[in-house]
Amino acid sequence: MAVIKTISLTKSYGKARGITDLDLTVNEGDYFGFIGPNGAGKSTTIRTLLGLISPTSGRAEIFGRDVTKDKQRILADVGYMPSEAVFYNSMSVKDVIAFSARLRRKDCSQEAKKLCERLSLDISKRIEELSLGNRKKVAIVCAMQHKPKLCILDEPTSGLDPLMQKEFFEILRERHNDGAAVFLSSHVLSEIQHNCINAAIIKEGRIIARDSVENLSKTSAKRVTMHGISVIPEKLAVRSAEISENSVSFLYSGNIKELLACAAELPLSDMTITEPGLDEIFMHYYEKDGESR
Amino acid sequence: MTVYIKELKQSLKAWCIWTGAIVFMLLVCILIFPEMKNQMENVTDVFADMGGFTAAFGMDKLNFGEIMGFYGTECGNVLGIGGGFFAALTAAAVLSCEEKNRTAEFLFTHPISRSSVLIQKLLSVYTRIIAMNIVIMAVSAVGFAAIGEKIELREFLLLHLAYAVLQLEIGSVCFGVSAFIRRGSIGIGIGIAFALYFMNIVCNISEQAEALKYITPFAYAEASDIISKSEIDIRLILIGCAYSAAGVVIGFAKYTKKDLSV
Repeated sequence: MAVIKTISLTKSYGKARGITDLDLTVNEGDYFGFIGPNGAGKSTTIRTLLGLISPTSGRAEIFGRDVTKDKQRILADVGYMPSEAVFYNSMSVKDVIAFSARLRRKDCSQEAKKLCERLSLDISKRIEELSLGNRKKVAIVCAMQHKPKLCILDEPTSGLDPLMQKEFFEILRERHNDGAAVFLSSHVLSEIQHNCINAAIIKEGRIIARDSVENLSKTSAKRVTMHGISVIPEKLAVRSAEISENSVSFLYSGNIKELLACAAELPLSDMTITEPGLDEIFMHYYEKDGESR
Repeated sequence: MTVYIKELKQSLKAWCIWTGAIVFMLLVCILIFPEMKNQMENVTDVFADMGGFTAAFGMDKLNFGEIMGFYGTECGNVLGIGGGFFAALTAAAVLSCEEKNRTAEFLFTHPISRSSVLIQKLLSVYTRIIAMNIVIMAVSAVGFAAIGEKIELREFLLLHLAYAVLQLEIGSVCFGVSAFIRRGSIGIGIGIAFALYFMNIVCNISEQAEALKYITPFAYAEASDIISKSEIDIRLILIGCAYSAAGVVIGFAKYTKKDLSV
């Protein structure tokens, strides 16, 4: 069953770009990465899914329910962590967490306590005294304490130190193993590559690629690095070339025999052929589209 | 009731300051009455000769030598301006603050409908206004007792009722406005309260501007009319209630459909 399903979802703000004809499906038990730079439409998509803004056209469903008509039912089973963790300044951390639980009409005190301990969050402090990182921790607790069936996270790791990022992904992994679906929006590609099963790339409000993270990372192109030369062999068709004093590096998607034959004639001291990283794929998608205009 | 309680808790400090300030000013006025009483009889005559100015503040119909006349005028200024501005500022900020402080994203991603949040917020505004008026009446009654003056109960209750309705009306209208704005609630709140107050002054001075009394709630909360006639103008009160209802309905219609900015 699809946990999230959008059908030609469009949101435009006057002339400014929002999202256009977005078709997206996230299945039950998925760990889904939503990739795009700032301003590509990630947050707009999420805010439409959560009913904060209403779509201009098209529609969206969560758990098979329409997001505009059945918002309350949906939100009861969703945990959302906004990119900017903002709470009522005059309240204490403890009060904010309890307020969030009361709005859900649930006693989450046990789970909240566990999460606070794991994230070493001081619950006696007032929100206005907290750094961004600590406010993010409050957001994690508020998004997770009721054990949601779907976690929607909008750039969750900004402001968190590496130790806490690790702990946070550990918590997410546990939730995922317990059956929750995760929707992770991020521009940090390594996060997506290390954690997600499937991913979609969004550019200027449109989905430009959607596949498993494995397939997205695995294209026919290889990252080739040759040491001992400083000129790219003319015979080879290459992309994204980087040339340094004693080595060259490029993306190669042609015939591998030609590459090897060419390499045999060169005075190489060393050579590596690797799969490109997701960030390179991502750049590739972004550049490719740019060139076609 | 979660949002309602949160609203009241968060606003407690501001409420205490406003209520304290209004109560303090009313109490000072009441307590200096015995000293002013004798001089006031002459003052009333002086005021009677000042024409438009006295009419503007309704001082042509009241006797300052009597406690109710004196209290009515003071009440008009302190309760009208103080209470009216409190209601305007509180209500104008009650919805807009969620977007201004960027807490809307947190609040509205919980399983609670916008209408429920609106009802609770509106009730919290009404609660604050009514609680303030109860405290003011209680302290005033104590003040009357302290200077040994007898309260004319009917006039006293009618006067305070009119002012409470006035504050609720301004609160309801500003609540409606609050649904439309994201920031600048302080300016808009003060602007609305001041415009309505000023309209009443103009309405009192000029016969041509009499129609303004159908707009401003200060017209039915005119102490000089209430105390001299010992009744309030039900017609004007009902019109005020209609404005209140319109403010609330428009606020709901707008906010339940609104794209929340964060």
